[in-house]
Amino acid sequence: MTAAAAVEVRDLHKSFGDLEVLKGIDLRIAAGEVVCVIGPSGSGKSTLLRCVNLLEEPTAGQVLVGGVELTDPEIDIDAVRRGIGMVFQQFNLFPHLTVTENLTLPQRRVLRRSKAEAGEVAASGLRRVGLVDKAEAYPAQLSGGQQQRVAIARALAMAPRVMLFDEPTSALDPELVGEVLGVMRGLADEGMTMVVVTHEMSFAREVADRVVFMDDGVVVEDGPPAQVVAAPRHDRTRAFLSRLLDPAAGPASGDAAVKAAGPAEHGAAP
Amino acid sequence: MSTASAPRRRLSRRQRARVSRGLQYAVLLLAVVIFAVAADWDRIGEAFFDTEVIGELFPQILTTALKNTVIYTVCAFAFGLVLGLVLALMRLSPVLPYRVLATVYIEFFRGVPALLVLIAFGYGIPVALNTEVPGGIVGTITVALGLVAAAYMAETMRAGIQAVPRGQMEAARSLGMSHTRAMVSIVIPQAFRIILPPLTNELILLTKDSSLVYLLGVTLPTRELAKFGRDALNQYVSMTPILIAGLCYLIITVPLGILVRRLEARQAAAR
Ligand SMILES: Nc1ncnc2c1ncn2[C@@H]1O[C@H](COP(=O)(O)OP(=O)(O)O)[C@@H](O)[C@H]1O
Ligand SMILES: [Mg+2]
Repeated sequence: MTAAAAVEVRDLHKSFGDLEVLKGIDLRIAAGEVVCVIGPSGSGKSTLLRCVNLLEEPTAGQVLVGGVELTDPEIDIDAVRRGIGMVFQQFNLFPHLTVTENLTLPQRRVLRRSKAEAGEVAASGLRRVGLVDKAEAYPAQLSGGQQQRVAIARALAMAPRVMLFDEPTSALDPELVGEVLGVMRGLADEGMTMVVVTHEMSFAREVADRVVFMDDGVVVEDGPPAQVVAAPRHDRTRAFLSRLLDPAAGPASGDAAVKAAGPAEHGAAP
Repeated sequence: MSTASAPRRRLSRRQRARVSRGLQYAVLLLAVVIFAVAADWDRIGEAFFDTEVIGELFPQILTTALKNTVIYTVCAFAFGLVLGLVLALMRLSPVLPYRVLATVYIEFFRGVPALLVLIAFGYGIPVALNTEVPGGIVGTITVALGLVAAAYMAETMRAGIQAVPRGQMEAARSLGMSHTRAMVSIVIPQAFRIILPPLTNELILLTKDSSLVYLLGVTLPTRELAKFGRDALNQYVSMTPILIAGLCYLIITVPLGILVRRLEARQAAAR
């Protein structure tokens, strides 16, 4: 192990009332590492990500980002969050502001950058995501893919050291997924530390340094994509991946049974 | 016409609707004709639209009365808006005493008549505590009507703030904004766009409520439209001033009403 991890999660627990969503998560992410988090819906992936920048208050355990313990009650959480960018499934652009204002307002209000500097950062951010011509547009005038690229640029404008992505392409039409993944791939190539919750297995295979499979509030499997995606050791991982690759196949372990029963039922139908 | 001559044929739904609407127009037209014939037009014209009296009313009805109505309304609205926002934020606060305080306030001032509040500030408090609301008539009506308006606007603003999707606050916080900064820059501006129509309606209501100022015993330069019209009614023994004063209210309220409909239509289109 090298120096302090970019993100470190120690024995993280999170409950909503009686419902325990995270049941002791341990995770270490080195600087420059790209980690994809996969797992069934409701397994706690979003909650884990939201605990990493304290949008959710952990019930127990520790979260450290850049060596700073976020779970320390004395911490200035607003200051720590500046170093953590977050991209949401629903984009969450500010609809009353133009694209440029979406990028400049946080810089000016949080980082106290001058108007000129914020404008420059915004312009270069929009160049990077290929949306210079949309600088004066309002979010409602953009496609989902364009909105998500703006959201990424907005997060990057704050010069974060870590980027969190919560299913950034799940709300997009299939033909718009590529442009967003392309931007994320570029970011990974530049050495950004990234935690990406995603169902895009090709992205996980090609871009991720590590893939973490979560199920029911625990990390089931954690390793390089060649292992977790291509040759999973655990049944739960295998079942999840086969469902993901072949959604029509039906529920987990019953794959073979369902396939066998299929034609018979079909034959019995009038 | 052909349907009427057809022997006892059942009318279609649309035909029946047309016949019924035709009947309604006919009755309405008849009523108008009877009224027009029977009415004493000279008498009515003189009572409601006496040009001589109208000449006497201008320009003070605009330069004094209309101006004062606008001043009282705008001051009370501004006061109510600021206080209403504070109350709305208190209602949404995680701090229980704030919530309780705001709720009690809103229930109280929504429940008592504005007239009573105005009397309290115009006479009750000055007599009981031997102090007056600063700012004279304008100050008193601003505070009294503003306090009442704040109760209504607080509820509107609370609903508006809650209507802003939670993701907006989360995105703002994830960018490092404090809760207050996110409220000021992100949530409240969006809430105000949502509640612009009901807020404008509140402004229309306040325009009319500003007439309650007569209770405070206004002097010549502080008269607003309603009081001005009433004084002129006594002076000229004519209905005309009341009609003109009423029309002056419409100068304010009708454009506001049109604005509300425009805003609502735009929001419906944006959805
Ligand atoms: N704010 C909340 N209040 C109550 N339950 C929640 C809340 N957020 C998430 N949950 C529950 O926690 C579980 C995990 O949610 P989530 O982390 O969103 O899963 P995932 O992102 O893996 O689909 C779900 O059962 C969900 O209903
Ligand atoms: Mg999720």
